[in-house]
Amino acid sequence: MSTMKLRELAHSRTGDKGDTSNISVIAFKSEDYPRLVHALTAERVAEHFAELLGDDASRVLRYELPKVGALNFVLPGILKGGVTRSLALDAHGKALGAALLDIDV
Amino acid sequence: MKTLRIGSGAGYSGDRIEPAVELAEKGDLDYLVFECLAERTIALAQQARLSDPEAGFDPLLSERMRRVLPFLGRGREVGQRRLRLISNMGAANPLAAAREVRRIAVELGLHGLKVAAVTGDDVLAVLKASPEQMLDNGATIASLGDRLISANAYLGAEGIVEALEADADVVITGRVADPSLFLAPQLFEFGWAADDWTRLGRGTLIGHLLECAGQITGGYFADPGVKEVPDLARLGFPLAEVDPEGRAVISKVDGSGGRIDTATCTEQMIYEVHDPAAYLTPDVTADFSGVSFHPVATNEVRAEGADGRSRPGTLKVSVGYLDGWIGEGQISYGGPGALARAQLARDVVLERLQLTGVVFDDVRAELIGVDALHGGALGSRAAAEPWEVRLRVAARCAEKAEAVRIGNEVETLYTNGPYGGGGATKGVRQVVAVASLLMPRDAIKAQVHLEDAS
Repeated sequence: MSTMKLRELAHSRTGDKGDTSNISVIAFKSEDYPRLVHALTAERVAEHFAELLGDDASRVLRYELPKVGALNFVLPGILKGGVTRSLALDAHGKALGAALLDIDV
Repeated sequence: MKTLRIGSGAGYSGDRIEPAVELAEKGDLDYLVFECLAERTIALAQQARLSDPEAGFDPLLSERMRRVLPFLGRGREVGQRRLRLISNMGAANPLAAAREVRRIAVELGLHGLKVAAVTGDDVLAVLKASPEQMLDNGATIASLGDRLISANAYLGAEGIVEALEADADVVITGRVADPSLFLAPQLFEFGWAADDWTRLGRGTLIGHLLECAGQITGGYFADPGVKEVPDLARLGFPLAEVDPEGRAVISKVDGSGGRIDTATCTEQMIYEVHDPAAYLTPDVTADFSGVSFHPVATNEVRAEGADGRSRPGTLKVSVGYLDGWIGEGQISYGGPGALARAQLARDVVLERLQLTGVVFDDVRAELIGVDALHGGALGSRAAAEPWEVRLRVAARCAEKAEAVRIGNEVETLYTNGPYGGGGATKGVRQVVAVASLLMPRDAIKAQVHLEDAS
């Protein structure tokens, strides 16, 4: 199976609560879901966001939603204080999901 | 079989009003719900109330009411759907908000409209009485001292149900969990028991799907070439037609822009969810792990498979407090070599902040267009150097005077920095931070107040 960008197989949305982000990854076609389950481990996602996560990289969690062909990644600490205290331009981390779509699967 | 049609008129405080008016006019709705309270909104509203006792509710409340109140109760006389409103636009002052709704109703000649306010979420006095309590960030209530602004519990559907039982046309609340605003009319109309966890879980899914309004109808979805959204400029807001079992079809008004399909529904279902099998609300521990979506027609999707378990024993309380100041400055560099000049400007500002001894707790200097959103490693994946780059320096300071110096050191790059910078801006804002704690639910009681109809 040739390597592809995640963006060709899936779409994504990011939510925030406090200083935790959750990023959904949803297969366009349900037959691609097993490939996402195999390739997109919590460790891979943590590695992709290593610079932003810092010491929080080991806390990334993954939940599986096979009925809708989706994975949900939870990244505690990535928002560094959350929307109310963060100094970041995108304090909600809204654009994080778009960055994940550039990962190779 | 009786069904209930619930529309979503706002996904946040500043949301667009036109799609809500469209729903009120053409949605054939029983209920229109406006969800307008983000995590920090109440703390900001409480600050407004401190300077004006009649303030502290949503700044768009009056305009929204002027636009949609004329549609209320219209169908009742002709045996059609009645249309009532539910909203958390009361923010830090639901009673004043309810008075304002009554005032506008009278102004519009809508006599006899019943307006109810739900209070009880404000637990600031309770917390102040036990200052040893600890927030999730490790700080005690006592340590916040006079920086403490607000403390509001997330209420469930109960108070709203009571207001609907009292025949209110408009129900205005403060902090209520977002999905509970939508669960309440289902509980009331279908008479579900408060421990019918499966149906409460289903009703909560519907609430969660609707609570961000346009985010399920194609808002925050378009990605040209990959995900197209037709007529995004005229994006419609969603409605759900629910049956007494809690089965629902999500749709929107014919002729409105946007799209509803399994892809948009799935994105919204997982939005702001952590464990999909345990979505905690004051009413139920909802389980979305078995949910599936099925297209039934163009822009109509059936949601099924939600479940629920017993509700948590505690309620979440959101605490707002003052946490210093953020000073910020920005300036743009353009043309050949813009990136190197912006990088030099960044180094110069950081060195000057050190040389002049500006006191800050934390600083961040980023290049918009290069590394601001995702950091330098991911930012370096860009195929070519950008034509223009914007330096942004922000720092959190305990003192306002120190925060002012951050923007100044960026602005002075005009005459003291690299070549070719322009469009400098600077600003200072007070930080209203939010943390949370859990309280036993018997310490908190929703109360309903009816504004006199006249």
